[in-house]
Amino acid sequence: MSEHKIDLTVNGHRHSATVEARTSLGEFLREGLGYTGTHLACEHGVCGACTVRVDGVAMRSCLMLAVQANGSEITTVEGLAKPDGTLHRVQQALKDNFGLQCGFCTPGVAITLATVLEDNPSATTEEMETAMSGHICRCTGYQGIRRAIRQLAGEAA
Amino acid sequence: MKPAPFDYARPTNVAEACQILAEAGGGATVIAGGQTLMPLLNLRMSQPFILVDINGIADLKGVSRIDGGTRVGPATRQAEALRDSTLAQHLPALVTALGHVGHYQTRNRGTVGGSVSLGEPAAEMPAAAVALGASIEITSAQGTRMVKAEDFYIGPYMTVLEPEDLVTGIVYPDWPDGHVVLFREVAQRTGDFALVGMVGALVLEGGKVARAGIAWFGMGPTPIKARQAEAALIGKALAEIDPDAVAALAVADTAPFDDHHASAEYRRTVGKRIFARTLREALDLRSAA
Repeated sequence: MSEHKIDLTVNGHRHSATVEARTSLGEFLREGLGYTGTHLACEHGVCGACTVRVDGVAMRSCLMLAVQANGSEITTVEGLAKPDGTLHRVQQALKDNFGLQCGFCTPGVAITLATVLEDNPSATTEEMETAMSGHICRCTGYQGIRRAIRQLAGEAA
Repeated sequence: MKPAPFDYARPTNVAEACQILAEAGGGATVIAGGQTLMPLLNLRMSQPFILVDINGIADLKGVSRIDGGTRVGPATRQAEALRDSTLAQHLPALVTALGHVGHYQTRNRGTVGGSVSLGEPAAEMPAAAVALGASIEITSAQGTRMVKAEDFYIGPYMTVLEPEDLVTGIVYPDWPDGHVVLFREVAQRTGDFALVGMVGALVLEGGKVARAGIAWFGMGPTPIKARQAEAALIGKALAEIDPDAVAALAVADTAPFDDHHASAEYRRTVGKRIFARTLREALDLRSAA
């Protein structure tokens, strides 16, 4: 068993910590740093709830070790809204269209959609829906999420 | 924390990685993207003493042209390979297959070499390596050797890799510009493992098939080369090809299982149909019916 010192940036804040090698990034964000907006559910890469942005790329925080995030810049759902509380347009679209029921899967959904749009601000409905294959909503609130996506793509929701 | 405790090493070059693997005497596991390994660690189905993270080895990343082929570094992310202009030009079948590997989020972290090395029988990357005639470059403290993809897979998740081995490259031979890409899979949901799938390439010269490389995934314990179908296609003029007959030969080479997703009979039936349809569409053949 080994422990490792890591430095990383989360939502613009620098953090240093010592982590056990087997700690996942998602667990470290929640338990180590208190970013509990990232939700861990299946912890084997199936559900997508724990999706965060690592160096600009959306990935599963349960399928990566905290030690592997040394030196990285992470964005969690807490980092999407502006500091004054103005929602990110993805969050606003999900809110406007009832794109969540219990909200457990929503942090991952929001990170994925925000990242797809960051990479391509004119992403189509189809491109966003394809990226959503990596998320499971057990409330089956998919139609609300799809309406939010259509709004984000500039179509009539 | 879900995994059993382990040590963690992040070597910065291949020699260092191989030394750690050799010294671990079978107790080490290599992690690249970790998109399969992390679940196995979390479920404690894998309990290595030491995890050797190859993400810090620059030599194992990226796509390069070599004499007569293209070399893909095993730690190249699937998403990067999917956008790579060299692969798009020289290996369109591989790129098509990559688009079906996992999900957007897992392709951002998962690697080409990880999928090739794991040997999941229903995965696209091992079958693409077999179909396109790739060779796997394997390095250990003893040296480097090349193994043809068709000899690399020996069973479900079983390859010729020894515990001290590291995959250091996947080398795909050139297929000429303008070759025909074959790809189709049937999965229950986008991003799921295929129930049945096939991938390959055909080269046409003077209206005849000059070269063929086709493999199945999800149709047996390993990716399976459709040898009889390849042999039946080579040398044939397009008008002489009966897609249904070739598909029947292709299915004859398979050994699908019954599992809780589909029966072997389903896989054979659907496999024959998708093979014939893909061939027909790719060659713009008219249905024999």
